Amino acid sequence: MDMKTQNKKLSLKEKYRLLTRDLAWEPSYQSSDDIFPYIGYEGIKIHDWDKWEDPFRLTMDAYWKYQAEKERKFYAIIDAHAQNNGHLNITDARYLSALKIFLQAISPGEYSAHKGFARAGREFRGVGTQVACQMQSIDEIRHAQTQVHALSNYNKYYNGFHAFAEHRDRIWYTSVARSFFDDAMSAGPFEFMIAIGFSFEYVLTNLLFVPFMSGAAYNGDMATVTFGFSAQSDEARHMTLGLECIKFMLEQDPANLPIVQGWIDKWFWRGFRVLGLVSTMMDYMLPKRVMSWREAWNIYGAENGGALFKDLSRYGIRAPKGWDHAEEAVDHMSHQFMLALYQWKFGTAFHVWIPSEEDMDWLSKKYPDTFDKYYRPRWEHIKKHEAATGAPFNNFGLSKLCQCCQLPTVFTEPGDPTLTCHRESEFKGEKYHFCSDGCKAIFDNEPEKYIQAWLPMPALMRDPVDGDLGAWMDWAFLKDGQDNGDFATSQDRENFERWRAQSTSNQ
Amino acid sequence: MSTVFIALQANEETRPIIEAIEIDNPEAVVNREPAMVKIDAPGHLVINRETIEEQLGRSFDMQELNINLITLSGNVCEDEDSLTLTWRT
Repeated sequence: MDMKTQNKKLSLKEKYRLLTRDLAWEPSYQSSDDIFPYIGYEGIKIHDWDKWEDPFRLTMDAYWKYQAEKERKFYAIIDAHAQNNGHLNITDARYLSALKIFLQAISPGEYSAHKGFARAGREFRGVGTQVACQMQSIDEIRHAQTQVHALSNYNKYYNGFHAFAEHRDRIWYTSVARSFFDDAMSAGPFEFMIAIGFSFEYVLTNLLFVPFMSGAAYNGDMATVTFGFSAQSDEARHMTLGLECIKFMLEQDPANLPIVQGWIDKWFWRGFRVLGLVSTMMDYMLPKRVMSWREAWNIYGAENGGALFKDLSRYGIRAPKGWDHAEEAVDHMSHQFMLALYQWKFGTAFHVWIPSEEDMDWLSKKYPDTFDKYYRPRWEHIKKHEAATGAPFNNFGLSKLCQCCQLPTVFTEPGDPTLTCHRESEFKGEKYHFCSDGCKAIFDNEPEKYIQAWLPMPALMRDPVDGDLGAWMDWAFLKDGQDNGDFATSQDRENFERWRAQSTSNQ
Repeated sequence: MSTVFIALQANEETRPIIEAIEIDNPEAVVNREPAMVKIDAPGHLVINRETIEEQLGRSFDMQELNINLITLSGNVCEDEDSLTLTWRT
């Protein structure tokens, strides 16, 4: 006789409870405080870890199934891209600069996030939190790997892709993203969740991955679109985790509110500064642009961030301190930073260029109140200078670096785009420089932390470089005349144009 | 009312999902951008499994959304029958 078995499908909620919550146990021969020693010192009070909600209710078995599906799709396209000379389908070789910045500054950040979530998953007490962090840790290493794989195909043909790990550690503009992640990884577990789950995922990745990847599609780069969207499909889950973590802290104890608000202020500003790099990629480096940095900000920063803070106002959260300053800075930052990159182009492992007349007309249409008034004249001046001297316009002076965000202090005062913004603080007899009130406030709150920051400019003066530019390039794995300088005279441009011509003829 | 949104990759798998979202959310605005489709709605958006299954002609697991999801905005609530996005203000 056949046995009758109950074959009812579990509901999502039941399955999540069985495969996640039931993995927890109460320790008997060790105290919980000894097992989780880091969850108290930041001052966050948690009374009931079971109140943690994962709205996606993703269990490990479903996680593996869907991630495997994403990987299969990803590698099918990466193979096709390599087999069909996909690198010659991009609009033109200027586009590669955006990819190089991505690989040197952003992909290592994914790896840092992987390490950080592995740690957070161990340090948090609730099992729902542990499982969500564990999944995110695996996601992040997948992102680093798929990005390196996708871009390795470009490394076969073009300069500047060969040493991203060293560039990440030794070049100046990459230290902006590096310091963001170092700051997050050396914070406590709750602050880490705000830094990455909230600031990086909710504020940054939408601006980085969505319009930029849509832009990659516009520029014919199927490899990057694929890793971008494949990564971003995980980000939707990460953003939700970041938002849930904020709500969880705020619901657990009213005393958590001022701590959480302080972290939101800090990490919004840190994230916004990292976006300085992204803004130049969107406004200047995509030969074919899907939207301006300003337009992307309106959708994913102002509108989406605004909705989030309005929603959180029921807990007493207000918009971050730097919010209004950011809104004003959006019309200036890509121009100010691209002009900086252009004059320090001997020290970048990617190419830059003076925008063409057509590109400048586009910029003045997108930035009607700022571009023609403040930035077109500066580009014209550089053009004239180069025509008169016959030499590239380079600035061999070293800029002050912000001790917090590590950007050169090239941004301007709120309310006056003609005056460079500069702040300083003194700590134990030493003077420290900042690019903005936001960065100074972050330093002043934790000076002992930020005085330990590794800064790229002092590295230039130390052994084995000792202030010698050529020695610095060797040390930074930057090949002079190949990786750096103006796009117009670059090997990348020459090779791309030659190969593209070959691909449409039989010569 | 703040805008909630969901963005999906533009491909054959998402076409019926987008149609289902349009059916269930008459106020939603569908923006077709390069390689992606971004759907905005005032305050609230619901994605129903049943509507997707009608468009798709086969059974559908809500968690399949994960594969082609690019980004979203709003508080998420998901079970086996639907996924909703909400801003409370």
